[in-house]
Amino acid sequence: MAATVRVMKRPVRKSSYIRATLQGMALTFRHMTKSAGDTSTLTLQYPEEKKHISPRWRGTHVMETHEDGRPKCVACGLCPTVCPANCIKLVPGEDDQGNRYPIVYEIDEFRCIFCGMCQEVCPVEAIHVGQHYENAEYTRASFVYDLDRLMSQTHPSTLLWDPSDPAGE
Amino acid sequence: MMQAGTVQAVQDMSDTAYAVSSVVKVVLTFTVVMVVVALLTLLERKISAWMQDRMGPNRVGPGGIGQPLADGLKNILKEETHPGEAAGVFFTLAPMLSIIPALVTFAVIPFAAPMPTRWGVMPMVVADLPVGILFLLAFSSLGVYGIVMAGWASSNKYALLGGLRAGAQMISYEIALGLSLMSLFFVVGNVGLPQVVWTQQRMGTWFFFTFAVSFAFFWISSFAETNRLPFDLPEAESELVTGYHTEYSSMKFSMFFIAEYAHVLTVSALLATLFLGGWDIPFLQRDDMLGFVDGRWVGNVPALWITLVTFLSFAIKTFVFIVIFMLVRWTVPRFRYDQVMDLGWKIMLPASLAAVVVTAATVLALDSAGVTFEQRALGFVPVYGGVLGVVNVAMLAVVVWAMDRGRTLSATGSLDERRARAKQTARLRAIELQTAERGES
Repeated sequence: MAATVRVMKRPVRKSSYIRATLQGMALTFRHMTKSAGDTSTLTLQYPEEKKHISPRWRGTHVMETHEDGRPKCVACGLCPTVCPANCIKLVPGEDDQGNRYPIVYEIDEFRCIFCGMCQEVCPVEAIHVGQHYENAEYTRASFVYDLDRLMSQTHPSTLLWDPSDPAGE
Repeated sequence: MMQAGTVQAVQDMSDTAYAVSSVVKVVLTFTVVMVVVALLTLLERKISAWMQDRMGPNRVGPGGIGQPLADGLKNILKEETHPGEAAGVFFTLAPMLSIIPALVTFAVIPFAAPMPTRWGVMPMVVADLPVGILFLLAFSSLGVYGIVMAGWASSNKYALLGGLRAGAQMISYEIALGLSLMSLFFVVGNVGLPQVVWTQQRMGTWFFFTFAVSFAFFWISSFAETNRLPFDLPEAESELVTGYHTEYSSMKFSMFFIAEYAHVLTVSALLATLFLGGWDIPFLQRDDMLGFVDGRWVGNVPALWITLVTFLSFAIKTFVFIVIFMLVRWTVPRFRYDQVMDLGWKIMLPASLAAVVVTAATVLALDSAGVTFEQRALGFVPVYGGVLGVVNVAMLAVVVWAMDRGRTLSATGSLDERRARAKQTARLRAIELQTAERGES
């Protein structure tokens, strides 16, 4: 079966190869003279300059801590329940005063889809997604963040809503 | 202008001085060519980056000037893969065969006016061969053997296709390349490159105007010769992975890479020499000189400052061609295979043949009218070069007009149109034959 290609009938003025080529070369030459000597402003010199990210950016997690260094988490089990990617592992414990705390709290950042629902659901505002995007590790195993790792994160946590207007009114 | 031959200061070099100076020139030229080739790889990346509003390599050294060094180091330290089914010796021989002709061709290009030294006047060309351009054509077409051999020895279908395409392309464009230089030969009367420069100086017009058709065809062919972008079918990364050097890695790949840029440099220098007056300085008579012919000095007295200024002039001209090479590479998309063949065989071959005939007739007319190279109308308009130039520009205009009618370089759709038309004709003929047969029986 022959292919049916519709051939446009264009005047020579428009279909001229040489004219089109010369126009193209003039265009590239203009761009070349404009950015000659590395004057292009479009390039971001990455490790030195970094892109500004939104306060609502959802990156790797942060666990908030009390002043004495304990995690704010009360091991209620809401975040592993709500997590759509099933990436949070929580083993709850209880001390002699009846305070619940996480014995094991691990987040597999490879499974995580960064939806931020753990932060939304948390009743004590302990777990947060963070404003961070540089995640490089040497092994797959080190992408499973344990409690210590989550507590020692230094990047700011995400603002899922404006603190002065939480209901979005 | 010619009276300088009697000046005592101009003397030829002794044999010993000639040998020593030759060795020095070989070492210097090789070093300079290799360094320039290394810088060209950086220049190419910079220019392409600027065209795309990027910055290009800027991490190694100020402005990225150390990038070629880093690349070279990386390529030496990388693992060299050797495919199990590759044909051993030829696989190793191919990159060498590719790089050597590219570097050797620079030997016959004169890069400055002869330099006066204490031991005599030194011609600024590594090897002033009497067969200059023939040597050049021979060696530049040798380069394709390296590519074809690489394609075959890799035992890889993409590499083989790349090698075959390189061979076909070289055959198609070598003819136009040779024919376009024919007009130059019979005006210069010699195939030595210093003589070509000398003729341009005497004629007062550079050959890009005097032999406009040759210039255009030589230029187009040189794109094909260097396997660079509108003609990079042997590489064709979108169709053939990277063509002939698909299986190569580390320094062997690097040698193909260096060969490509050495070709660009040589061809640019050659274009400058043949068509832009070589090391000639425009509108200046003081630098017009040839060298010793039968023991007599021809041309003006050489001087050190002339050598330096003419070298600068040559470098600028070469650089202009290199930049245009890169500009074209990053602007013009690759031709389809049938377009390359059409352009080579259906346009450039007949057109360059016709150009040779017309130019020869013009030269014959000028010679029988007794016009000399030095003759000037109104005191400054060169007659010989002017007449030839006007004839050639007219021819070039006709060629461009004929080429630019959507006949050769047309859109993909036209191919289907042609095919459909051919099918229709065949069908009609079949019907005719049938009716004729029926009439007979």
